[in-house]
Order: sequence, then structure tokens, then C-alpha cells
Amino acid sequence: MIIWQTPAGLALALFMLGLLGLLARRSLVFVLMSIEIMLNAAGLLFITAGMRWGNPDGQIMLVMVLNLAGAELALGLILILRLRNRITNLDGDAANILRDVP
Amino acid sequence: MMITFYVAASLTLLTTALAITRSNPVHALLYFVISLVSMGVIFFTLGAPFAAAMEVIVYAGAIMVLFLFVIMMLSLNKVTVHREAGWIVRSVWVLPLFLVAGLGSELARVFLGGGSVGMIRVVSPQEVGVRLFTTDISTVELASVLLLTGLIGAFHLGRKER
Amino acid sequence: MITYLWLIPALPLFSSVILGLFGPVMGPRVSGAVGTISVGLAAVLAVSIGLHWISHPPTNSIYEQTLWAWITLPGFSINLGLYLDPVSLLMVLVITVIGCLIHLFSTEYMHGEDGYSRYFAYLNLFVAAMLLLVLADDLAVLFVGWEGVGVCSYLLVGFWFSEPTNGYAARKSFVVTRIADIAMLAGLLLLSTKLGTLNIQAMLTGAVATWSAGSLMPTVATSLLLIGGLGKSAQVPLQTWLPDAMAGPTPVSALIHAATMVTAGVYLVVRTHALFLLAPHVLDAIAVGAVITLLVAAFAGLVQSDIKRVLAYSTMSQIGYMFLALGVGAWPAAMFHFLTHAVFKALLFLTAGAIAMRLNHEQNIFAMGGLRSKLPLAFWAFLIGSASLAALPIISAGFFSKEMILGAVAAAPMPGLILWACGILGAVLTATYIFRVVFTVFLGPLKTEVSGSYGVRIAVPLVTLSVGALVVGWLETPEGLGNQTIFSRFLTPAVGVFHHLPVSFMIPLLGFAAPLLGIGIAYVLHRNGTWARATTTMPSKLTIFIRSGCGFDMLYDELFVVPYMTLVRVLRHDPVDSMFAGLQYLAIVAHRRLRAMQIGQIRRYASWMMAGSVATIAILLFS
Repeated sequence: MIIWQTPAGLALALFMLGLLGLLARRSLVFVLMSIEIMLNAAGLLFITAGMRWGNPDGQIMLVMVLNLAGAELALGLILILRLRNRITNLDGDAANILRDVP
Repeated sequence: MMITFYVAASLTLLTTALAITRSNPVHALLYFVISLVSMGVIFFTLGAPFAAAMEVIVYAGAIMVLFLFVIMMLSLNKVTVHREAGWIVRSVWVLPLFLVAGLGSELARVFLGGGSVGMIRVVSPQEVGVRLFTTDISTVELASVLLLTGLIGAFHLGRKER
Repeated sequence: MITYLWLIPALPLFSSVILGLFGPVMGPRVSGAVGTISVGLAAVLAVSIGLHWISHPPTNSIYEQTLWAWITLPGFSINLGLYLDPVSLLMVLVITVIGCLIHLFSTEYMHGEDGYSRYFAYLNLFVAAMLLLVLADDLAVLFVGWEGVGVCSYLLVGFWFSEPTNGYAARKSFVVTRIADIAMLAGLLLLSTKLGTLNIQAMLTGAVATWSAGSLMPTVATSLLLIGGLGKSAQVPLQTWLPDAMAGPTPVSALIHAATMVTAGVYLVVRTHALFLLAPHVLDAIAVGAVITLLVAAFAGLVQSDIKRVLAYSTMSQIGYMFLALGVGAWPAAMFHFLTHAVFKALLFLTAGAIAMRLNHEQNIFAMGGLRSKLPLAFWAFLIGSASLAALPIISAGFFSKEMILGAVAAAPMPGLILWACGILGAVLTATYIFRVVFTVFLGPLKTEVSGSYGVRIAVPLVTLSVGALVVGWLETPEGLGNQTIFSRFLTPAVGVFHHLPVSFMIPLLGFAAPLLGIGIAYVLHRNGTWARATTTMPSKLTIFIRSGCGFDMLYDELFVVPYMTLVRVLRHDPVDSMFAGLQYLAIVAHRRLRAMQIGQIRRYASWMMAGSVATIAILLFS
């Protein structure tokens, strides 16, 4: 018997790890991967909710999350490829041409 | 079933933590793929076999492989890995840890507030399919539009610059 | 004939409009003629109405002419109407006849001045407004005329506006009278709300019917009306504008600031005397204030060196006598003094103007001297005027009217004798200060070059007014001098019967003696050179104090002008605005700080979004 708090806590922990990666890592590849981790955690939470209510909606939403992850990753990777022409080492902090110049 | 869940959960946590701390992106991605596969196991233990299959096939099998291909196209070498390692110092984790701890404690409070109910039943793929193609047909349409958008965007951005 | 009453104010108004529109085109000769003839026609009309009135007085001696409805509201309406009774007829006669003479005088006096037609346009407008004031049958219409004469006074005092001090004097006269008019307007509003009408006769009837004598409401209403009257008539404490108003051309001073406008306050009180009778305390206050005014002005007149300022203070002082008569309820006496004063003060001002004209606009009496043989016409005219002002017994008009006032004051209940004594003191001072001018200007050695000559347009008004100043007094004489009562009988329908109350024989005797004493003092001080010495030696502090009109100007400067200017200086930098400027400054500073956050680092942005989310969730959870 698994009470719903256990997988929800796992989802939270995964989300926190993803967030940690997003905030701490400078490389754009890792940033993108952290976003994937967070999306995945959200998917887990949907599944948990589906389990909690015995309802197929959770799985349907996971399909949506997968779609979103696929589309987002495709665009993100293309952007990384294009950015590589400008910043050779894929440093996110270097992509700051849009900053406000006082 | 419970043991399977806990083993898979520990594996997921471990591999994810490893994934975000590696300096070599290929290693990190491989850890993440393992995390996704064990996530599929978790889904299965939570009574969602369809979702478990999707997770393994689509996420781990297709999306992550795409990721891996692109990273290999970036032709990363020892120098980049070294520089990557140089960026991972202790100080960068401090502020994110604070924020994440704040968020975690808040959400944990929310989760603990609800009653503790366990799994009610296994939701079969058939049931999901019926819902997906009857009442929730708009979700399918939405997903198709989303993928189309991603396709067009990727195509547009991926063209050779003139 | 009397149905043409509306023409009397309309004629000057019409010619004023004509002059205002076409004056510069017409040239000085035509515009002077238009201005004078219009007032002259009004005077002819007024005189013929007056003659007709004496032979065939209308019912109740009242003639009303409603022209049109001005304001019509449910329960309240104002008609533009004219109301002619003996009092307003007297006023109309004085205004038109003396106004006509002064216009005639002006055509020569103002010869060659810039703005000749503008001058006549203003003067005509003034006559029209003044006629509307005295003919109005409604206090609201009266107020229109009241403000009209105020505006004309402002325009004419500042006629030579290129000189900044003239503009200042004009503004001062306007502002001071405006302050008084606010009180008057408040009084009108009070009357209209309490009695439901502003039609003078209906209002008076209503007031007598609803209010008991001495109750609060009539006291407040009359006090407010009185303040308006005090301001217009230059009485203490609102008298400070009149001496400065002498900055205008001399005929203007003669017409506006001596003969007509400044007596509007007297007219107002006489017109609403039924209301004032309900407020005995206000009448007492009028009497006391009048005595203060007449003494302050008489003392100030003693030490002036500008001939027009002497006359200005004498005007204040003489109007003080009129108010004294009002204070004891002697309405005909006040009106009689108004009549004689209008004649002799216009004469004095015109003569002063005529003298200045020949002396290259010199107005300092100590720069003049020995003009008696050089300017015989001016000498005799000024002498007659001065005699009348000083109330020289028997031969002058001023004597009879002042005698009538002082007799009535002496016969009044208790404080009467004290007021009378002050009046007698004022009479002595009056004779002294005006004959100081006469002796200084006309006797002694010649000091200045005399140029030019008088034309007929100067001579006719001076001679006419001189004759007037000699004879109008015989309209009303005390017992023992014919006991003539034409004047008071004429006014009886409007203000009630006037009784010459019996007084001790000492009263008229002292009235005889006071002017002679004053003239004697003036002559002695002239002979031993005291007057002339006063100009060469440093004036004492007391002299300076009295010369400035007993320091009212300084007092008002300290009390009102200085605090106001301080306030202005503070507000000049928009202290309220600085609050908003502070907000703006805050916004700019905050903007600079926040802009520094926009450094283009995605991780930093993500951290902030994260912090915001954490905070939002915290608020949702813990509130």
C-alpha cells in the first residue's frame, strides 16, 4: 500500500533537484536538462494524482507533458545549436547582450 | 510492489542527483535516461501501465536519444568538460539551495495537509485510450498543434543562415 | 416727461459705448462733445423731471418704472427697474448736473492728453453706473451699479497707467473696496434668503414686519451692508484707498472721489434706513466710527503738502459728518450735507485742477504762493469753496448743512453732546487746514511761473459751482435765519419728517464761532511762518504718523500684506507640488536601482522568479 504522499514527495524532490540544477548550472545543456527533470517531476505528480483518484486523467495529462517536453526540447536544442555560433562554450551567463546598459 | 517502488524511487533520486552534478554532459544524460526508465517502473507500480510504457518509449527512448545526438553534434571535448567542472564550485549552490528549501518546505506542508489515501485501482491503457479519443479529444488536438508548432519552429530555426 | 426716466442712465451708457467703439476715430473734439452732451442731455432731462415733480408730484411721491425681468426663479425674482423718489431724484440731479459741469471742465483740462476719448468713455460709463446705482429699485441692481462705479473708479484712478504708482493706487482702491463689497454681497444674500426678495421697498416692508428692533438678524444684515458702505465711502477702517486714489486726473477726483461715488455709502444707508432703524446698535457704531473718521481725516489734512491730498482727507472728513448725521437718524441732514458737499468739493477739486493746469501740474502747496492776483478766478472760486468747506457762517452753503447735522447730533440722546463736541473740534480743524491751503497758495510772494489762460469751458463750471456753493445752503436754514425747510419737506415722503429739535443757544453759537476760530488759527500760523517752516525742518515722528493717515496703511501692511506676501513667497515654490516631485524622484531612484538588476543573466532572472513564486506561495499558505 503506497499512500499518495510518497510519490508526491518523490516528485517534489525531483522538482527541487531540477530547480537546483537550473539555478546553479551555467552550461545551457544542463539548463535544458534541468527543465526536463522538472517536467518529468510534474508528470510524476500527475500520475500520482491519477492514482489517488483512480482516474485516467493523470495519464492523459502525462501524454500532454510528454508532448510539451518533446516540442520544447526540439526548440531548445535548435536554439543551443544556433547559440553555439555566437558563444562557443555554451555559457548561459555570456548570453547577456539584451542587458540594460546604463 | 512496495519494494519495487522504493528501489525505483531511490534509483531515480540518485541518478537525477548525479545527472545534475556531472561535468560531462554525455554522462549526465545517461544518468538521466536511467532515471527516466526507473520513473517508468514507478509509474507501473502506481497503477499506470500506459504512462509507464510512454515514459520509457517516448521519453527515454526518443526524446533523450535526440538530446544525446545533438550533444554529440556539439563535439564537446576534454577542454569543455574541464571548464564545466570549473564552474561547479560550492558557492553556486548556496542561493539556489535556500530557494529550493523554501519551496520544498512550503509544498511539503501542502502535501502533508491532505488525507493519506492509497491506490484505488489500476487504470488500464484501454480506459485511457477510450477517454483520450472520446471526451478528451481536444487534448489530442492540442497535442498535435503543439507538436506542429515545435516542428515549424525547429524547421525555421534550423535553416542555414544566408 | 417722467416716462423718459430710463433715458437718464441710458444716455451716458450709450455714449460710453459709442466712445469706446469709435472714440479713437472721432478725434478729441467730437468725443469730448459726445461725452459732455450725453451727460448734459441727461442733466436737462433730470432737471425737467425735477421741475415737473415739484409742480405735480406723483402718488406717494414715488415713481416706479420696471424695464424687464432680469432673474426669475421659483420664489425669487429680480426685476431691472428704476425707482424714483425724492432721495434718488436729488442724487440724480446732483450726479447729472455736477457730472455735466465736470465733463465740460474735462474737455479743456484733458486737452492734448493721450486717451482723450478713452477718458470720456470711462467717465460716461461711470455716470451711467452711478445713475443705475441711485435709481435701482432692487438691491441686486443697485449692486450692479455699485460694482460698475468701482470698476470705473479703478479705470480712472489708473488712467495714466504708464506710471507704476498710479497702477498701484488703482489696484489699492479696487481691492479695498472689493473687500467691503464682499461683506455687502454677503448682506444681500442674507437679506434675500431671509426675506425672499431684494426689491428695496418690499424688502424693507418685510423686514419691519418680521424683525423686531434690536434683534440679531437686522443687526447682522445692516452691519454687512454698512461695511460695504464704509468701504465705498472711505470711512474708518476702510478709508486707506482714498488718498491714493488722487493719482487719477483731477476732474475724476472731483466727480468720483468727492461728489458722487464716495457718497454711495450714505445713499445706501438712507435708502435702507428703515432696516437700520431696526438695528440701533449699528447706528451707534456708525456715529462713533464717523467721529473717528472725521477727526483722523481732519488731523491728517492738517499736515499734507499735496493740495489734492488735503482735499481727499477733507472729503473723508466731510463724509464722516454725513455718517454722523446718519448715526443719529438725521437722514435729511445727511442728504443736505451730501448736496452742499457735492457742490463745494467739486468746486474745490476743479479749482485745484485749474490751478495745477496753469502751474505745469504742480500740486505741492508750498511750491505755490501769491497766486491771488495772477489767478483771480481760481482764487475766488477756491475761496468760496473753502469758505463752504470750513462752514463760514451765513455766506456759505456748508455752514447750513453742517449746522443742521451738528444741531441734530447735539439734540440726540446721551452720547450726543460728546459726538457734537468732536464735530465742533472737527469743524475748527477743517477751517484750519483748508485756510492753511488758501493762505499758503494765494498769499505771500509769487513762487512759480504762471502760463496759459482759462477758456470758457473752465470758467463756466467754476462760476456755476461757486454760485451754487454760495446759495444752495438757503434751501434749509435754522431758526433765526429764515427757518426755511424746503429741503426737508422735499425729502419728507421718502425719509419722514425732520424736526429741528430745540437745543441750547450755545450750540449754534459755537457752530458760528468754530470756523472763525479755525480760520484765525490758520491765519496766525501763516503770518508767523509756522506752516512754511514745517516743510523745511525735519518732521517729527508724530507729524509723520498723522501725515500717513494715522498709520492705517502701515497697520494693514503689517496685518495683511506682509503675511500674505510671506505666504505667496512660500507658495511660490509649490510646497504641495514638491510632494509629487518627491514621488517622481522616488520613482527615478527606484528605477535606477531596479535597472541594475537587468543584467541579462538568465540564471539571475530565474532566481528572482523563483523567489517571487516562493513568496507568493507563502502568502497564499499563511494568510
